[in-house]
Amino acid sequence: MRLLAARCLAEGEAAGPALALAEPLSLWGGLDPSSGVVIDEHHPQRGAVVTGRILVMRSGRGSSSSSSVLAEAVRVGTAPAAIVLHEADAIVAIGAIVARELYGSALPVVALEEPEAYAAASAAERLAVRAAMGTATVVIDGAAGG
Amino acid sequence: MTLELSRADRARLGGEGGPGVARAMRILVAAAEAMGATRLLDITRAHLDGCLYHGRASLDFVERLVAEGARVLVPTTLNVGSLDLLHPELVRLDPATAEAARRLMDAYVALGARPTWTCAPYLLEDRPALGEQVAWAESNAIVFANSVLGARTERYGDFLDACCAVTGRAPAVGLHTDEGRRARLLVRVRGVPEPLARSTAGLAALGHLLGRAAGHEVPVVDGLPTALGEDGLKALGAAAASSGAVGLVHVVGSTPEAPSVEAALGGRPPLRELSIGPAELRRARDELSTAGDGRIGAVSLGTPHASERELDRILELARHVGSLAVPCFVNTGRSTLARLEADGRAGALRSAGITVVTDTCTYVTPILQGIEQPVMTDSAKWAWYAPGNLGVRVVFGTTEECLRSAAAGRAWRDEALWGTA
Repeated sequence: MRLLAARCLAEGEAAGPALALAEPLSLWGGLDPSSGVVIDEHHPQRGAVVTGRILVMRSGRGSSSSSSVLAEAVRVGTAPAAIVLHEADAIVAIGAIVARELYGSALPVVALEEPEAYAAASAAERLAVRAAMGTATVVIDGAAGG
Repeated sequence: MTLELSRADRARLGGEGGPGVARAMRILVAAAEAMGATRLLDITRAHLDGCLYHGRASLDFVERLVAEGARVLVPTTLNVGSLDLLHPELVRLDPATAEAARRLMDAYVALGARPTWTCAPYLLEDRPALGEQVAWAESNAIVFANSVLGARTERYGDFLDACCAVTGRAPAVGLHTDEGRRARLLVRVRGVPEPLARSTAGLAALGHLLGRAAGHEVPVVDGLPTALGEDGLKALGAAAASSGAVGLVHVVGSTPEAPSVEAALGGRPPLRELSIGPAELRRARDELSTAGDGRIGAVSLGTPHASERELDRILELARHVGSLAVPCFVNTGRSTLARLEADGRAGALRSAGITVVTDTCTYVTPILQGIEQPVMTDSAKWAWYAPGNLGVRVVFGTTEECLRSAAAGRAWRDEALWGTA
């Protein structure tokens, strides 16, 4: 087990299997909120399902409509359990913040700004995220079932 | 590093403006903390992107704010919706979704915003001035406001844009600040012939490469012809904001904060440098195309919404190429269309076989239906998003290539313009 210090972008706690994306994904146009499937034609992981996973991606990308897609995915229940970024991204964070305002369900979003920490998280099979304003951690858990 | 709120901010948070304003302030504060802001600043206007229907969450948010008494505090324009309210027959949404989409558009008007329904608010008469602090959403509008107008906005998205409009405040970070506007990535354009370097598709291909390379760093581009027109800069920015998270592109000799490379870099050396030549532009053109040069089923122009100049050019080309063999659509803002309706140019476009779409866009809502063959477009943004959104294959080219292809019914390439592979 390894504890990584992160920056909190949206509060909450979650643990689960990780899904590390090889390239940033624009949630709008790239994620189908009705199914949780990656639909971006240009993305190498097209077809992957984000639902319930700890989604690890370097940064957000593209359209500002991504906040709505994330909030809608939370409403429908297809959203990732948490999102771990390398570069802080407000568009992703706001989708999660608004989802909590509207639906009361927390989807933590954190940034691992240390390159080595982010690299470690993107290689992990399972992750746990605890995020509160001021303090956030990502726990890499090698043991199956956490 | 903590966020310091003004007395007025705290009063709003405490419910002084009513529960809707307090909710907007709560979201703004959480977002400002996530963005690392230490204070908020006043904004003079806003452009909201939340009126495109992405599902029930879109509607829940704004209807909650309206019901709780929130109204915009600054002049506010609206981005495209999912419906063409002027030409409703064009959009083939199922009735339930169409009704929800209409309800969403109405809710933003009830919030006090102007029903402009355009992704190109910079084409409206009253636009932000150099140095003006605004809160704009819609990635292409953001990059245009920052780069071409020299106004200052962060990359706002749905929800936060409305929270800024309702509170008149925005986090004082990033592209709002001198430091955040300095270029970090220097892009040198070398050996690109002037006709390609001035064409909107050539600049869109360049923007596509910029977005890929920059992520959300601010790039400065050197080596392009000077005094590029707004249509070209619009294409460049829209492409960069689709393939990357770019919110500002300095173009030496064309954008107001880039009289020189040094000025755009703020007197510091760049973190990275990149060189782009004609071969890279051609590769970008091919990367933006998911189909080859065979038959096409339709042409889609005007993403972002076409300017009056672009519509004039499309009309001129359409008259030149003769009758069109496939459906040809152009998206534009209703205020631009009103000027063309007034003097007969809109009628001339329709007579030339071109369908004008307003209030929405052909890549966000079902307009191009029953088209099996690839769709040709002069927009890198359309080419980037349409395959995922609509399930179509695309061919990317210049406006002239698109119109000639529309007449021929198959993709026509101006190989002299793009150079040999």
